[in-house]
Amino acid sequence: MSVYNPLVTNEPPLVQPKKPSGVLRNALTLGRTRVGVALLILIAGIAVLGPLFAPHGPQEYLGLLPNKGPAPGALFGTDHIGQDVWSRFLDGGREILLLAAAATVLGLAIGIAIGLFAAYTKGAVDDVLMRGMDVILAFPAIMLALVAIATLGPSFWMVILAVGLTNVPRVARVTRAAAQPIVERDFVGAAEAIGVPRYKILFGEILPNVLSPLMVEGSLRLTYSIGLIAGLAFLGFTPNPNGADWGVMIQENYIALSVQPWGVVLPVLAIALLTMATGMIGDGIARAAAGIDRLRSAE
Amino acid sequence: MSAPAVSPIWGFIARRVLLGFVVLFLVSIVVFLATQGMGDPARAILGRTATPESLAALRQQLHLNQPLIVQYITWAGGLLHGDAGMSLAAQEPVSTLIKDKVVNSAFLVLIAGGISIPLSIAIGSYAALRRDKPFDVAMSLITLVFAALPEFVVGVLLVVLFATTVLHVLPAVTIIPPGAGPWDDPAGLVLPTLTLVLAVTPYVARIMRASMIEVLESDYVEMARLKGLPERVVITRHALPNALGPTFQVIALNLAYLAGGIIVVEYVFNYGGIGSALRDAVYNHDIPVIQALAMLIAGLYVALNLLADVATILVTPKLRTRL
Repeated sequence: MSVYNPLVTNEPPLVQPKKPSGVLRNALTLGRTRVGVALLILIAGIAVLGPLFAPHGPQEYLGLLPNKGPAPGALFGTDHIGQDVWSRFLDGGREILLLAAAATVLGLAIGIAIGLFAAYTKGAVDDVLMRGMDVILAFPAIMLALVAIATLGPSFWMVILAVGLTNVPRVARVTRAAAQPIVERDFVGAAEAIGVPRYKILFGEILPNVLSPLMVEGSLRLTYSIGLIAGLAFLGFTPNPNGADWGVMIQENYIALSVQPWGVVLPVLAIALLTMATGMIGDGIARAAAGIDRLRSAE
Repeated sequence: MSAPAVSPIWGFIARRVLLGFVVLFLVSIVVFLATQGMGDPARAILGRTATPESLAALRQQLHLNQPLIVQYITWAGGLLHGDAGMSLAAQEPVSTLIKDKVVNSAFLVLIAGGISIPLSIAIGSYAALRRDKPFDVAMSLITLVFAALPEFVVGVLLVVLFATTVLHVLPAVTIIPPGAGPWDDPAGLVLPTLTLVLAVTPYVARIMRASMIEVLESDYVEMARLKGLPERVVITRHALPNALGPTFQVIALNLAYLAGGIIVVEYVFNYGGIGSALRDAVYNHDIPVIQALAMLIAGLYVALNLLADVATILVTPKLRTRL
């Protein structure tokens, strides 16, 4: 079973790893990265600053009928129980962004540690770790998260843990693949010879050389984490079932879609733009890291 | 002593099948242990008002008072015989409960796959041939956007566009009456199928493009061109078959991905398949149904990955000789 990176063309990486800062700078010269960054700033801005501009509280009843279309005092109408759609929308981005970011960071941290350790240790340890990753990959991510959340309840930390866990095997594979050639290089042998402790070799010597593929993988994992967390909320599994959250809003108001679309359309568009943004940024970084466009045009 | 005259490919297949069973065995342990934490099935059946005696009797009947390892062996042995236990919510055998749903989901995945695979191969190859031309650039951006969108977002947007709000031309839900199949409601199939096609096509198209580009730059395609073969022959006889190799892997992975994608997509369209069944089972803590569906989906995953590995080896001469 091999891994593939759907947002990344499978060009072979360059022999000499590029400096991450240089990759980011090159990525920002690409149009798609710029559009992605602009969209990300827009949506993250709504998520972070939105609550300050919300005309009503997220759980305030307006005294209007539920599922009412746009009306004076309710810019985008009311939701399934008569709360203000616009206020809930402005309030509902923080949680999903926070959860997705935390799940991505968790998945990266564990996945990088496993991948580096496997690549460096080789042999039986490598085999056991990677077969373990295969077992996790034998479940679709959403099913894994569903079963984990059903077991221990959809608390805030459980969602982060479950979604983070689904990110681990893919990060571990990418890290291991990128680290394998680095492990054979002379500077690693030199560090071993002068007695540098193992964790310093892993994180101080090898990790800096595999950062470019990890930045690509990180943005990919963030994209999936957002979709997965919103999807879980849409299925009815969320840490905060009464709270304002884009995924929860879609779930609550989906049934009334034909009479009052705004309660669904606003959060769906926000999630769509957010995942598009992280996807475009990831693709931009991937292109910059592999030098695809640049190399080809220079040929 | 000479080695038996068996093609090494059989050894490879045997090893892969064996590994697949090992993975499935580990998966079954994970599923079994994970579902242990979901609460007491006896209490789930009898409710809060159950007396201690009736709880104890039911636990006895469900073998819940036996050691975990015995319970696991009973459960796994039952699965091997096609007996997945009784649903806690429906009080029916799980196999009867999910039989029709498996057919419904398989139908949806097969149509979605049947449309998206040729489509993505065509788009990917054409984009590679027209590299850096407007078609390629446009496809690169469109596939990038659709690859990033979560399936349920695509599904909900399609419902808003075609069913409830902008246009009113297609039904927003798929209605499958008992005894009928999804094929009896073709209009209701359009949006779920389209959602899955839009979710899968971008991935396969991108891989197909990359693999086609690599082949088009290879020495043997250069050679075929220098021999003066018409471009059409170069592409259909020399380039395309070789570019399909890596794509097999992706196609299998994406069929497997569809098996996961249906969980949310079926829920969007209220489609009566294993995806929405799994969602409901998790919601109702119906442990035997969760276990059966999780094993089913994971088994499909493992089988498809295995097929992809074998197919890739078979179509790639370089890998075949290395065995």
